[in-house]
Amino acid sequence: MKIIVLIKPTPNIEKVRFDVERGVVDRSSAELEINPFDLHAIEAAVRIKERFGGTVISLSMAPPNAVNALRDAIARGVDRAILLSDKRFAGADTLATSYTLASAIRKLGDFDLIICGEKSVDGDTGQVGPEVAELLGIPHASYVVDVKEVSKDSITVVSDLGNAYYLVRLKLPALISVTKEVNVPRKPKLKDVLRARKAKIEIWDADSLKDLIDMDRIGLKGSATRVVKAYYALEKGRRGVIVKGDEGIQKILEILKSEGMI
Amino acid sequence: MSHSEGTPKDVLVYAEYIDGKVHPVTYELLSKGRELADKLGGSLISAIIGYGPSKYSEDLIWSGADKVFVYEFDEDVKPDVLLHKDVLVNLINEIKPKIVLFGATPWGRTLAPRVAVALRTGLTADCLDIYIDENGDVIQVRPAFTGNIIAHIKTITTPVMTTIRYKVFKPLSKDKSRKGQVIIRKIDKAHLMSKERPFEILGKVKEKEVNIADAEIIVAGGRGLKRKEDLKILEELANLLGGVVGVSRPLVDSGWCSKDRQVGFSGNIVKPKIYIACGISGSPQHLAGMKDSKIIISINIDPSAPIIRYSDLAVVGDLYEIVPKLIEELKKLRR
Repeated sequence: MKIIVLIKPTPNIEKVRFDVERGVVDRSSAELEINPFDLHAIEAAVRIKERFGGTVISLSMAPPNAVNALRDAIARGVDRAILLSDKRFAGADTLATSYTLASAIRKLGDFDLIICGEKSVDGDTGQVGPEVAELLGIPHASYVVDVKEVSKDSITVVSDLGNAYYLVRLKLPALISVTKEVNVPRKPKLKDVLRARKAKIEIWDADSLKDLIDMDRIGLKGSATRVVKAYYALEKGRRGVIVKGDEGIQKILEILKSEGMI
Repeated sequence: MSHSEGTPKDVLVYAEYIDGKVHPVTYELLSKGRELADKLGGSLISAIIGYGPSKYSEDLIWSGADKVFVYEFDEDVKPDVLLHKDVLVNLINEIKPKIVLFGATPWGRTLAPRVAVALRTGLTADCLDIYIDENGDVIQVRPAFTGNIIAHIKTITTPVMTTIRYKVFKPLSKDKSRKGQVIIRKIDKAHLMSKERPFEILGKVKEKEVNIADAEIIVAGGRGLKRKEDLKILEELANLLGGVVGVSRPLVDSGWCSKDRQVGFSGNIVKPKIYIACGISGSPQHLAGMKDSKIIISINIDPSAPIIRYSDLAVVGDLYEIVPKLIEELKKLRR
């Protein structure tokens, strides 16, 4: 099995500081780590590899300082980590990102399965996975909560379609995007962490894909969306009434009454 | 009425139809879509795909659509993301709308990205609003960075594609005197069975324990609860109020509760009328899942907990004293 895991290096959302005035993230305030959802994608890939053999290749698009996050991926069982990094990739929305990733996957040749996390903690879109699948012309299942069966030519998963959970069979090659429920990622062992420190992270720039990509479809130039403005959402909060104990109970009852709930 | 030449000005709403039911977000999209179409001087068109959806075509018209495309299978087949994608791509190429709206539901967010990429157009995820600015540009408003940032996003390609969060817009009240056009297109079995299907739903595994996104009242518990059994206290309160119990992530992680009840960025994003957070400190991930609730009440022993700042009413105290007393009071009112 040749499995590709899409990993987004993201700032740690617990530590990152927000520039409240400009509504942007202070990127220097937190190092890049593996997007928490993608830890589950790595674990799912490693489990399939352990059963069927093969290789797990991770693919990311990020600035050069994402290298440490990718060492962590290697410590967690990824055999080969590739970082797409080039100024020309910058400013990409999901359309340009998925195009760039799909082009890099083409460069890697045949594969059986692509796994990604359901969404990232910074972009929050959950779109890149399905978009990569569409660009590669392969089926996909989103919100996968369980991997039931893997065979030579198909994978059967449990997918959350909103009203209920469904059993979905995809013909391989395919892509699945997994939720945090799919597994509990292992902590890397010390020896693997040490081994990963010496591992080589392959860096691919735009030129390394030049036979496969249209340079007008990458980065900001290839993006269909533009951020017009942004602001910090949590600054003000609501700052409502603060009360203690029994007074609180009366206040709660008042609200329930005024909302017609009692 | 629309014409396919000239500048696109129609709005297309994808009516999510799974398991014989139309997802309620559809009616909310029709309401917003009506407003946008009127502003653009275009028509509001809806598309519904599946087995037996034509019975809903009038309903979609009463809820704001001018025209409904019904794609009907002649037998009960489960939704197929690739087939729905093909249908929508063909329809969009045919009618050339300016805006295409999907619900930001799991199914909508599974399907819409494929359609957008196939059309090489922009897609904005999980929006809280969409409007036309003074330059006539379509702007979409969405949270990012786990809900910490709100961004206004312009799409520079056509159509503008958007998934919109459930419960953001109010549906129009159904106007049974509204008239519209219904176009029925049959999709025959041969099309489905001609080759091995790359995406196939084999069956339903299980229903959701609860559809928490639908709840009007959520009584949620967090790490302030000491034992799994104590969830019963919250359950009693929720039952008295006709609401449901939700939880923060740590309770799901420790196996106390099914993920179906998890409120937060990696669980369910909810917008009830009243959210009562009991013993929840309010991590950014949790806030991202509930901060748009109409009224937030928190009960927390720690006056410095972040949830306090995001509450309309913050009751500082022990949930083990306050919740049972509240239950007592509610029971008294019932008598």
